[in-house]
Amino acid sequence: MILNMGPQHPSTHGVLRVILEIDGENVVRLMPDIGYLHTGIEKTCEAKFYQQVVPLTDRIDYLCPLTNNLCYVLAVEKLLGLEIPPKAQWLRVLLNELTRINSHLVWLGTHAMDIGAMTVFLYCFREREEILKMFEMVSGQRMMTSYFRVGGIALEPPLGFFDRVRDFAGYFPDKVDEYENLLTGNPIWGMRTKGVARISADDAIALGATGPTLRGSGVDIDLRRDMPYSSYDKFQFKVPVSQAGDVFARYMCRVQELRESIGIVRQALDGMPEGPIKADAPGIVLPEREKMKTQMEALIYHFKIITEGFAVPAGEVYQAVESPRGEMGYYVVSDGTAKPYRVHMRSACFANLQTLATMCEGHLIADVVAAIGSIDIVLGEIDR
Amino acid sequence: MPLPPAITDREQLKNHPAVARLTDWNSGAVQEVKFDRDEMTIYVDRSSIRGACAILREDPSCPFNFLSDVTCVDWYPSEPRFEVVYHLLSIPNKERVRLKVRLDSSSPVVESITSIWPGANYFEREVFDLFGIRFTGHPYLRRIMMPEDWEGYPLRKDYPVEGYR
Repeated sequence: MILNMGPQHPSTHGVLRVILEIDGENVVRLMPDIGYLHTGIEKTCEAKFYQQVVPLTDRIDYLCPLTNNLCYVLAVEKLLGLEIPPKAQWLRVLLNELTRINSHLVWLGTHAMDIGAMTVFLYCFREREEILKMFEMVSGQRMMTSYFRVGGIALEPPLGFFDRVRDFAGYFPDKVDEYENLLTGNPIWGMRTKGVARISADDAIALGATGPTLRGSGVDIDLRRDMPYSSYDKFQFKVPVSQAGDVFARYMCRVQELRESIGIVRQALDGMPEGPIKADAPGIVLPEREKMKTQMEALIYHFKIITEGFAVPAGEVYQAVESPRGEMGYYVVSDGTAKPYRVHMRSACFANLQTLATMCEGHLIADVVAAIGSIDIVLGEIDR
Repeated sequence: MPLPPAITDREQLKNHPAVARLTDWNSGAVQEVKFDRDEMTIYVDRSSIRGACAILREDPSCPFNFLSDVTCVDWYPSEPRFEVVYHLLSIPNKERVRLKVRLDSSSPVVESITSIWPGANYFEREVFDLFGIRFTGHPYLRRIMMPEDWEGYPLRKDYPVEGYR
């Protein structure tokens, strides 16, 4: 029998359609069908100035907008050969780790709810709300932050921001204990996740899986540690790896990542360097408001950047960052003009989704829901 | 900070693991090499891309065992018009390399690498869908983002940004 799951289905996390060929309660064949959210962002990017692409990158993945911002600006900075001041780099790391926590909290809440643990969702969204308020504080937006700029970050964080983050970093580990208390030792949770939707390390690599989906199968790779960007090499953190390759292993990876991330946030707060938050590149970085109003030259730069953008030397770069879901890569090609010739987003979920068939075929139909939750997909990022 | 110029001399780059491996295997398959902004690009002959990927994947000293990405760039109206771009990653050595295949607009066809990395499946389908590049030997070459009956290939440069009205 052919069964159609989605695109409007509460546990497919968006508009994913899965075509299931079933034999009784067993899945014989599984085929994901995507494209319902395709908005042509890559095409739109080609018609915008480099700085105008930043808000578009938010819209790809609504759970980790800052990771996408970071990846794109890093790619353009690499094309330009720009040096970014340390304070901006550390702020980027701080906000990226908060984004990772935010994204993992939504994953944990919805994943647990799919399998039937309703309470966790409410707990997770309580802490997520606090993170969104912090984002609102720095960028004025809860979700579509667009806070990073080519050459630095948009604004100095407001007074009280660091205190608020420090406060959050103080109590958050206790909250992770609370989630773990509800789930990790819970026998029902164990039965629904342990030994379910297994994938071997070889299969995961061959299918292009990254992030916790790959680390849950015992492959020890994390781009933050192995190919550091934005000063990640100055931070100490562990990369959680589980060997089992099942839903529970991926759950453990992400939960431990929550703890590591809050450790990075604390390190970033303690060691936050002083200094400017924007690179010294007058034709590329917008001048400060005060200067723009009082100095002729700054006004000219401001006018030129807004009206004609800035030219980027011809070339191409592939910049990858470790997003909460895996390797998020931006391939940016420049032809020497002020608009990118081609922007391609290598989406982690897009590749991770291919593992779903291997995980589910030959197993029970009820486990499909657990498997979809465990690879943590965001359909906006898959379809772009 | 001025950018260092790109290195395109094969002699200077012959010690890079991927270049050395491919030159040993089949020197004629490597058309051009480029080292720019700390990234290595190798232009591979269209007929050898599958073989080149297989050879790089099995390299004993630096196995490029992970396929990060497959995409395409349209250089309309110049010829060869398309460049299919493969990004490989070596998980043990933390090294990246970019392979490129140039294709004419008269026959945008290249061999599929799904037999080496099954994960290339979606990426190649996406390139087929949005650029109209055909991958021979692909198990399921159907549109993935656009509707089945869509006409045209949206990411080609001669396709208007706002679409046909």
